[in-house]
Amino acid sequence: MAFGAFATGTAREQGPRRKSRIALLLLLPGILYLMLFFLVPLVSLVLTSLQEPAPMGDIGEYQTAFKWENYVDVIGTYGEHILRSFIYAILATIFALLFSYPLAYFIGVKARRWPLVQNLLLVLVIAPFFISFLLRTLAWKSILSDEGVVISGLKALSLMAPDAHFTGTGAAVVFGLTYNFIPFMTLPLYSTLERLDTRLLEAGGDLYSKPSTTFFKVTIPLSMSGIVSGVLLTFIPAAGDYINASRNFLGGSGTAMIGNVIESNFLVTLNYPAAASLSIILMAVILVMVTVYVKRSGTEDLL
Amino acid sequence: MSSKLGLGKWLLPAYAIVALTFLMIPIAYTFIFSFNNSVKSNIVWRGFTFDKWLNVCNQQEVCEAFGNSIIIGVTATICATILGTMIAIALVRYRFRFRAAISLLLFLPMATPEVVLGAGLAAEFLTAGVEKGLVTIIIAHTMFCVSFVVVTVKARVSTLDPALEEAGRDLYGSPNQVFWRITFPLLLPGIIAAALLSFALSFDDFIITYFNSGTTSTFPKYVYVSAARGIPAEANVIASAVFFLAIILVLISQVSSAIRRKRLEKVS
Amino acid sequence: MATGAFAESGADLELVGIQKRFPGFTAIEHLDLTIPAGSFFALLGPSGCGKTTTLRLVAGLEDPTEGKVLIGGKDVTKLKPYQRQVNTVFQSYALFPHMTVLENVAFGLRRRHIADPVGKAHEALRLVELDHLAARKPQQLSGGQQQRVALARAIVNRPALLLLDEPLGALDLKLRRQMQLELKSIQEEVGLTFVHVTHDQEEAMTMADTVAVMNKGEIEQLGAPQELYELPKTAFVANFLGQSNLFTGKVTGSTSNSISVDIEGVKIVVPTKRAQRHAGEVTIGVRPEKLHLHLSAPKQSAGVNVLGPGRIIDVSFSGVSTQYILAIPGIGKVTVFEQNMKSGPVAAEGSEVWVSWDVEHGFGLADEPAPGPKFAADTDTATIAMQKKHALMSELEEA
Repeated sequence: MAFGAFATGTAREQGPRRKSRIALLLLLPGILYLMLFFLVPLVSLVLTSLQEPAPMGDIGEYQTAFKWENYVDVIGTYGEHILRSFIYAILATIFALLFSYPLAYFIGVKARRWPLVQNLLLVLVIAPFFISFLLRTLAWKSILSDEGVVISGLKALSLMAPDAHFTGTGAAVVFGLTYNFIPFMTLPLYSTLERLDTRLLEAGGDLYSKPSTTFFKVTIPLSMSGIVSGVLLTFIPAAGDYINASRNFLGGSGTAMIGNVIESNFLVTLNYPAAASLSIILMAVILVMVTVYVKRSGTEDLL
Repeated sequence: MSSKLGLGKWLLPAYAIVALTFLMIPIAYTFIFSFNNSVKSNIVWRGFTFDKWLNVCNQQEVCEAFGNSIIIGVTATICATILGTMIAIALVRYRFRFRAAISLLLFLPMATPEVVLGAGLAAEFLTAGVEKGLVTIIIAHTMFCVSFVVVTVKARVSTLDPALEEAGRDLYGSPNQVFWRITFPLLLPGIIAAALLSFALSFDDFIITYFNSGTTSTFPKYVYVSAARGIPAEANVIASAVFFLAIILVLISQVSSAIRRKRLEKVS
Repeated sequence: MATGAFAESGADLELVGIQKRFPGFTAIEHLDLTIPAGSFFALLGPSGCGKTTTLRLVAGLEDPTEGKVLIGGKDVTKLKPYQRQVNTVFQSYALFPHMTVLENVAFGLRRRHIADPVGKAHEALRLVELDHLAARKPQQLSGGQQQRVALARAIVNRPALLLLDEPLGALDLKLRRQMQLELKSIQEEVGLTFVHVTHDQEEAMTMADTVAVMNKGEIEQLGAPQELYELPKTAFVANFLGQSNLFTGKVTGSTSNSISVDIEGVKIVVPTKRAQRHAGEVTIGVRPEKLHLHLSAPKQSAGVNVLGPGRIIDVSFSGVSTQYILAIPGIGKVTVFEQNMKSGPVAAEGSEVWVSWDVEHGFGLADEPAPGPKFAADTDTATIAMQKKHALMSELEEA
């Protein structure tokens, strides 16, 4: 939804042109604000990432430099975490897509005859937004803990080894990421599927295609913009997330993601250059992946 | 999808029920454990009580954090809604140079991971020597809410027929009167939606807050910090209360718009 | 002009040397136009001809690149829309969705602080017979009702000029006919100057006292509807208002009353006063319903033009009349409307026929004959075959 919204809106640009002085007045405060508190921080992050420790300073004191080796260092030290972040995020995105598509299809296409039901189902989809992100993650931790009903049940049924754990593993982190970002996936899917003209599906059937062929040749291509938006809205926050992977939540000793490393470097060990260069790497990789993905899925006008 | 089979007909609805139930599990858990007669940590069930609901502020820290979250949410929402609405109107209604650059500047904060936003701002505050606290949190929240406001309000502005404003000017309305009597009331639903979204984003934000809060506590930060030693049931009370308030608001708006639609259908 | 008074009566509208350029294209090339007070004036033209732009310039919603707009002799070019005593009925009606019908109608009155806005709004709603729906929201009205509210909202302000931008475009045919009559009677009742923009020639002709036909940012011809129809001055007008048969040829002789034109060897006579050009290559025309169909060669006589023989290539029956299309070798297609005075068509497809018309019904156009093909419609296969044959024969003769 958010990504798609930037694509539209050029239609009315042919409308009456009015004095651009008013436009400037309307734009200036917000744009200045974003420059000051979004753009300048990014620049300052780049500068920080190149700093070196002050020769006589305490821990956490750095001076301006051009120490590009910081990047090499953090990739050497945290390469594993970076890789893990993207693997977890990709897995969570795929699971969220598989989970959400049939759900969004049901709400957007099958439930179309009853608008009130459709809206109520949609409320249920976004309901997790309304309960604290951290508390719902903690709730899963308790539910899926070794003493919890689910895991002890599975163990009793011998579906899980008696000494196995779920919380603290990579699987648990991917599970948490998937759960937490499902609404981000379902909503954009819903909003494109809701506009899907079902007569096109009938036309597909009329033109000798099996339901499955119609689904892959008609439904999926027509909902591509929703898939792209949903994938971006899920992948980006998932890659940078550090709640799910944190030890106090669903993660364990071997699950730390890039977000966890940035946090500990910035707020615990006060190694600002390392935290900053990791942030820049994260952002750069995401921008590259997003651009490639958007280009390949043929919806370039989205950005 | 496969509507020919009797089974296929029920497969999708059944899946939807299971999927939605799955989404509700942690919400139900959080709600149930708000009635737990726990002492310190709220992991093991120790019996049912209304105590935590009646005396939420026995846990002073929880209440204080919640209060801060409300202050931050309201202030950031007001600032972001004003700034974002102005930009949205300008984007749809005016032509100017650097349009692409401005669109990019608005898009990027939504495409940037929160850790990067949080770390960047924190680095800036560090360089500038600003002490972190309530104000820096509000600044940070306003920043990431602006883009979402722009997107939401812009959608509303572009559905607004420019002929309505022209009709206002044609009927002797000065630019000021046209804005306040026509444009603004018609944009209001979009602006309200944007404000609610901002508040929800601000209220639930943890990552950016954590980097820019200093010693100030907010509700998510309190939960994070005390996760290690156990979270009191009072936190569940607050989260559940906020949840039901939000759901009730959404349901009211859904039902009332459904009623309005019905009434319109009846007339025509 | 935001004072608490109404205009005394309709006012003249004068456009002097108007030009309007948008980035990339020119909507109005050069426009001079005077519309007398109290008239019902229609601007007729195809979409993109500049008629809506003209209206927006008068309303003040656009500024002219060059030229002046005068209302009642006063230059209002620099005035903002809300300072002009002009009101518009918008194409999409543009009723404020958040206000009731009554508040919509009272909006302009309240902005100008006119006494008793509610009473006057009710009065205007009574005029359009919608007072019983005053408390409704616009979305709860039908298209025709919304159109009338838009009209009431504009005329309640007693503007010097009322602009109507395709106000009936969204209505179905039957409702449109009814609204045309209503609009006309309301205009007569309130005595305002109406400027009506439309692309529907029938609408323009039934409603307006004066019609201006616009094309490509310029006025092609201006006059009473009947005058435009009977004596079009350009090929565009001849074809945009109804249908015409047009022929091009050289003027071979002229008397004080008439000119003779040679059309592929046939002498066609047009009254001098009905022809815009009297020498050289000219285009002349005649309306299809003025033509008579003959199954045998009619006798040549003064005062009648005859063309033929040709073959009927299409017959279509439309109730009141039957349309015949015939192909006359060397001349092209000719359309004839015959009143259905008796049942059954006069002539069948394929039969050989002649057409004749009273000299007084012909007209001569002011256009330079178009370069290229000599005749307007000569692309039918029969004509092409005929031309090929002519060419072949002349080639053989040369050999």
